[in-house]
Amino acid sequence: MPELRVLLVDDEEELVGTLAERLSLRGYDVTYLLDGAEAVRRAAQEPFDVLVLDVMMPGMNGLEVLKEIKRTRPEMPVILLTGRGSEQDSQTGLELGAFDYIMKPVKIDRLIEIMLKAVGSND
Amino acid sequence: MRGSSLLKNLLRKLMYGTWGAAPSDVYKKIHYRRIWISSVFITGVVAIAPLVFMTVVNIHQYHKTIKEEAMHPTSRLVSSNKRALEHSLIERKNALQFIANEKSTEQLADTQILRSIIDNLNSTFEHFVDLTFIDEQGNVINYVGPARYESKLRGVNYSQAGWFQEVRDEGAHISDVFPGFRETPHFVIAVRHRDPHGDMHVLRATLDMELLTSKIPSFSKDDGTDAFIINEKGVLQTASRFGRKALEKAPVPVPPKMAATEVLEKTDDSGRAYVLGYAYIEDTPFIFIMTRPLPELMQSWLSLRGTLLGFLAGSIVVILLLTTAVSSVLVGRIRDADMHHEMALHKVEYTSKMASIGRLAAGVAHEINNPLAIINEKAGLLHDFVDMTPEFPKRDKSLKLIESIIASVERGSAITHRLLGFARHIDVKIQPIDLPALINEVLGFLEKEAVFRNIEVQTFIADGVPSIMSDRGQLQQVFLNLINNAFEALKKDGRVGILIENKDPDLVVVTISDNGPGIPEEDLGHIFEPFFTTKTEGTGLGLAITYGIVRKLRGEIEVESQEGRGTSFHVVLPRIRGD
Repeated sequence: MPELRVLLVDDEEELVGTLAERLSLRGYDVTYLLDGAEAVRRAAQEPFDVLVLDVMMPGMNGLEVLKEIKRTRPEMPVILLTGRGSEQDSQTGLELGAFDYIMKPVKIDRLIEIMLKAVGSND
Repeated sequence: MRGSSLLKNLLRKLMYGTWGAAPSDVYKKIHYRRIWISSVFITGVVAIAPLVFMTVVNIHQYHKTIKEEAMHPTSRLVSSNKRALEHSLIERKNALQFIANEKSTEQLADTQILRSIIDNLNSTFEHFVDLTFIDEQGNVINYVGPARYESKLRGVNYSQAGWFQEVRDEGAHISDVFPGFRETPHFVIAVRHRDPHGDMHVLRATLDMELLTSKIPSFSKDDGTDAFIINEKGVLQTASRFGRKALEKAPVPVPPKMAATEVLEKTDDSGRAYVLGYAYIEDTPFIFIMTRPLPELMQSWLSLRGTLLGFLAGSIVVILLLTTAVSSVLVGRIRDADMHHEMALHKVEYTSKMASIGRLAAGVAHEINNPLAIINEKAGLLHDFVDMTPEFPKRDKSLKLIESIIASVERGSAITHRLLGFARHIDVKIQPIDLPALINEVLGFLEKEAVFRNIEVQTFIADGVPSIMSDRGQLQQVFLNLINNAFEALKKDGRVGILIENKDPDLVVVTISDNGPGIPEEDLGHIFEPFFTTKTEGTGLGLAITYGIVRKLRGEIEVESQEGRGTSFHVVLPRIRGD
């Protein structure tokens, strides 16, 4: 199985850093970013297999990032991280082309399951 | 007893029929009753007072007019009779005076001449019984008249008689009627005679009582009018029509002396009112009297007064009924308007309170959610490390501790999720609702309460219950209120059943039942009224707001209750909220 390259985007470093470390421990190649605009730029340059994106972010929010990514890298699956109580945003995300969404706090096994499914469906 | 309570109920219905106050509404009931009473009082007084005033004035005026009309004929009759009587007396006195002036002492002392004089007088005037000529010393000089009286007069001296002195001093005298020593009552007219030498004599005529009697008018049999003559001492001079004879005491008291004819209203000893008309006849002791019973004259007046008073009483009854009814309706409307107003205020207040709580809850939930997510990740990472390090000291114990942290995070997360779910959609927003899920959510709030109170909650969901289009937040509120009410009714230990079914393809019915004490029948009709409460610290708004929301969602809410058995609320919701 080739190493899966994951781009993790969330404005909360404590959260995203830890999550990245946990995924790395499980053998994934994880890059994490704290800013939406930066994520759009990096995703255009590097061949990530999957993007895990927080919806609520200052500056460019998750849904805007998603729209942009779908324009530049339509083949890359996007999984949305949402806070509780913003199901409406998740719904919009799915309509915009996100593969799925997952509620915070994240259960790591559930996240991996969805990531694998997303990458698998892409093949 | 029964009748009086019936009447009381009727009165109460008349008063409060349109605004039956809720038991918790005591202050307001008194307040509105005061408005009602002043409204009835003021409109009643304003309507009735002028009516009473007009009627009193009318009655008074009619009475005056009718009385005047009754008295006027009496006055006229008295006047004309008095004039006739006066005339006949003056006529005779003047005739006698003429004779006294015309004839000399010698002629009047001549029996032959005196007899021709009395014959002439009687042929012209009648009622002269005898003539007596008396000298200055009071001795009878001459007498003509019935022979049987003549002997009695011989040797009589009148010098000490009051009438004789009066004639000597004043020139004339008319006496009362008196029996004297003649058989029939009679009266006298005496005049002064002077001869050329300056000697004084008196010419005295006796007249029979017939003269007076003939001047009394007669009346028809059923006319209660009486007419007679009395003297100033109150002795009848002619017979009264009703039983009393001449010279008996008069049936009426002597009226005060007046120059003109007078008519008075009097009451006799037996309390009957009558009209007394009288006139003093000048230069005589006679008073002409006429009495007419008042009731006969006033008959028409009494019937008129009866009609007027009857009309007044009828009008007052109608006015009171109307003002009562109108006041009841008006006060009822005022009260309804006030209640709606207050209800609306409370609702606005309640809604904005709920909105604030909702926003606060959402804010708190969001803020707490982030640290929870971080704890979750950190604990997860720690778990990974420990898990991947077989030689980690107390590895199993540590893993358990970390899993416990993660489980707690999950619980915290569930709480924030519920808070957010409740806080969402304060404004009406129609969306598909899965009723069983929504009710489970609501039950989530009450879980602890149910356990604490030892209440068993059972949910039954019929097969094929569809999701409905409605407002999530509002429905949450409805079921939260109803389930909470059921819990409060049960106090401790009991069962609450929730049944969701769709009897009709377009309707979903949620029934919330408890096996509590039930609601008394007399309260059942009031429970959805605002401010109706049986709890000591209740606002009486919970069920009213619930009812309002269900109606707003185009649904219906019904209640069934049996005392001692329990209560069921049925919330019927349309599958699609038609607007």
